[in-house]
Amino acid sequence: MSAVSGLPEISPRRRRTDKVMRASLLVATLIALIPLILIIYYVLKKGLSEWFKSGFFTTDPNGNFFGNPGGIRSAIVGTLEIVALATLISIPIGISVALYLVEYGKQSAFANVVRYFIDVMTGVPSIVFGLFIYIVLVLGHVGGGFTGWKGSVALSLLMLPIVARAAEVVLLLVPNSLREAALALGAPRWRVVSRVVLPTAAPGLLTGSLLAIARGMGETAPLLFTVSVATVLTGNLGAQMNTLPVQIFQDITSPRNEIVARAWGAALTLVALVLILNIVARLVSRRSRMA
Amino acid sequence: MDASATTVSGDRSGLERSPAARLPDRALKWGLTTLAALILVLIAYFFIRLIGQSKLAFSQNGLSFIFGNDWDVSRNIYHGFPLVFGTLVTSAIALIIGVPVAVATALFLTELCPRRFRGPLGMVVDLLAAVPSVVYGLWGVYVLIPKLLPAEKWFASTFSFIPFIGGGTVTGPNYFIGGLILAIMILPIVSAISREVIATVPSENKEAALALGATRWEMIRIAVLPYSRPGITGGAMLGLGRAIGETIAVLLVIGNAPTIGHHLFNQGYTLAAVIANEFGEAAATPIHSSALFAAGLVLFVLTLFVNIIARWYVARGERRQRGTAGTGATVAAEPASETA
Amino acid sequence: MIPPETTSKETSEMSKAGGPSEETAEAAPDLSALGVREGAGHAVHVKDLHAYYGQHHSIKGITLDCPANEVTALIGPSGSGKSTVVRCINRMHEEIPGARAEGSVKLDELDVYAPGVDVTAVRRLIGMVFQKPNPFPTMSIFDNVAAGLRLTGTRSANLRERVHTALRAVGLWGEVKNRLSEPGIGLSGGQQQRLCIARTVAVEPEVILMDEPCSALDPVATLKVEELIDELKERYTIVIVTHNMQQAARVANTTAFLLEGELIEHASTNDIFTNPKDERTERYVTGKFG
Repeated sequence: MSAVSGLPEISPRRRRTDKVMRASLLVATLIALIPLILIIYYVLKKGLSEWFKSGFFTTDPNGNFFGNPGGIRSAIVGTLEIVALATLISIPIGISVALYLVEYGKQSAFANVVRYFIDVMTGVPSIVFGLFIYIVLVLGHVGGGFTGWKGSVALSLLMLPIVARAAEVVLLLVPNSLREAALALGAPRWRVVSRVVLPTAAPGLLTGSLLAIARGMGETAPLLFTVSVATVLTGNLGAQMNTLPVQIFQDITSPRNEIVARAWGAALTLVALVLILNIVARLVSRRSRMA
Repeated sequence: MDASATTVSGDRSGLERSPAARLPDRALKWGLTTLAALILVLIAYFFIRLIGQSKLAFSQNGLSFIFGNDWDVSRNIYHGFPLVFGTLVTSAIALIIGVPVAVATALFLTELCPRRFRGPLGMVVDLLAAVPSVVYGLWGVYVLIPKLLPAEKWFASTFSFIPFIGGGTVTGPNYFIGGLILAIMILPIVSAISREVIATVPSENKEAALALGATRWEMIRIAVLPYSRPGITGGAMLGLGRAIGETIAVLLVIGNAPTIGHHLFNQGYTLAAVIANEFGEAAATPIHSSALFAAGLVLFVLTLFVNIIARWYVARGERRQRGTAGTGATVAAEPASETA
Repeated sequence: MIPPETTSKETSEMSKAGGPSEETAEAAPDLSALGVREGAGHAVHVKDLHAYYGQHHSIKGITLDCPANEVTALIGPSGSGKSTVVRCINRMHEEIPGARAEGSVKLDELDVYAPGVDVTAVRRLIGMVFQKPNPFPTMSIFDNVAAGLRLTGTRSANLRERVHTALRAVGLWGEVKNRLSEPGIGLSGGQQQRLCIARTVAVEPEVILMDEPCSALDPVATLKVEELIDELKERYTIVIVTHNMQQAARVANTTAFLLEGELIEHASTNDIFTNPKDERTERYVTGKFG
């Protein structure tokens, strides 16, 4: 409304459109927040009580048709071990590939091809990675049938491009002047990398790694084809192991309420682990940016 | 350092490092290069093996594998169009619902949101990507499906005159829920990419719009959106790729019926879901497992294709950022017309 | 090509007579295309203006009168607040997060800072040309000029006519008439800036603000823009920020010298440069600092 005479009239339609569209954008953003809130709400509501049931964290699922269905201990242990091995494989390799791209390959044709492939790899469905490892390792009975470590290999295929891409971004942020200063002092390149570049990039590398681990932890499909299903507690990566995502997957379709309830409890556990990793990753990244 | 002791014009051997000292550098360089190359080789190898495993299914079913409508495990016939159909329908729904909401949140967060809320709100949207797909499935089965069923039934009967979207039997698990969950799952990636793209719109263009007397929305409409379009399209396609390949959440909420549903609220199947779902029973039957591998191959090629196009779009958006110079003709003609 | 002695006025006269130099006439600014302007021009009265960037007090109580249909130049060293003042006139300053302004800016009797005033209406009346030419990169030459007109719902036949006249008014018509659908950013820097001026002129403002409009242009393009400014002041009130004192001397009727957010002196351009009253002004215009 134009209280002052002499100003051109802004048509009420334009004003209305402006208000409506801005409100719509706000509403859409709120809508986008709803699913997360709802998921966390329900996972907490239905899963928290499971956490307090005796034996939830200390017993394994027992596959009995009646009575106490058991807890999720073997699933947690299996997930931790398999993801740990996947981390050991994918993080060093991922960072190495990024190092190659930033320190040596740079904009060469080969490096650009590698870069492109890594980028494309991030779009490959996780189930396809599961199929790859199944065909090459499981069908071929390389070191047994379904085993924990094959699950780790499948997960590391998934995590590798995530680590590599995040690492490349972070390594590129290391100021070139730092590298040049070290080189000018006569340090060989490998030392510049290990003593200057990597330490400077460390917080960012950590963030990228944590996010990749969180991603690997939550995947189900690759594990179905490589580790398959198990209930027994075993620390042996050479055997079939239970994992949280697979355990949840199995429990969802059970006709027994107690088992479905267990699925919620396991889901809460998985979500808690993943969210903690995510939040820590973001905190690390924020603190390093402020420093 | 000893360098200062050596004359420039004289013998340079004092400046050289011994071959042994250069070794770690060479080893590092070649080691890393080989590693990078190995990864390419590895992926190519996997691809070839996957093709190998799919051969049986393709030789037996031919192109009907993709275009034929008859996925019958009991008769060992694998014409997978219902799977392709389900994949396309759920992905389409995911895009229709997810992309506008994602772009809207990106616009809000970048252009309208007060600074101090930008970070936290953005983080919350991004956290949607952190939720494991199996948890989406669990939530979908026990929360989303039962809660939406009455509304879906009402919608289907009220709008039964609209083909596909209305009418038909409404089952709990259906295409719509599958698409809806996918929309939620692709929201974070499309929003994040859109946010990045929108943030690169040059502020001088936004100022130009405002200085002409544009309202805030008009400024977004004429200065922000057209500029961001290639990048946002690329982001949407990356979301599409994600939707096509999503397995577990969809498998739990789509009903896994290997038929072509004629209504939005019918059950369906997707390429990814069939692989995970029938994997166990297929292990004993070579033709069945080959069919599943073939489905995996189609899935892989499809997502590869979508991703490549997506990246081309994003790259196109970035190229625009760097600015297009005038054409040669313009530049050549310019001095002649500029001089008085 | 125009012989150097011919002024733009004479060439447009020649074109009216149907002379052979129609090409070159179209290259000269022709404001008559915009039609007759009704009423007198409009002056800008800045009174006791304060501007802040967050806590930083950038403009400290400036009172400045920019007479109608004249060019007022603002000069001063970097950081003196020239751009800020100008941005306060069309209320662009407050678009910066954390920035605010106080005081009064009157267009004749209308205070643009009065409560209830719609800023988008203000900006229709007070147009702005920026330092770096900023045509909309996704739009054609035609669409760029039409951008402001489309916002107000100008109908398409009327729209085409007004775009053409705006291009004629800035002297760009001859150069672009055959490629109106090509991208605006395909033009040279000087042409882009004139395109932006056409875009501003198309919505028929009263005042045109110019924030160092030639600093990104080469000398030839600069000259063309300055010629245009000379024409434009017949119709509009112009306030131009410039760090180039020779430019102020060439185009401005009056010049104001700013230093550290304060107005030191405002007088006819001639007086400022040849007979400044304040010692600081004198030191700046003689190049002792800045």
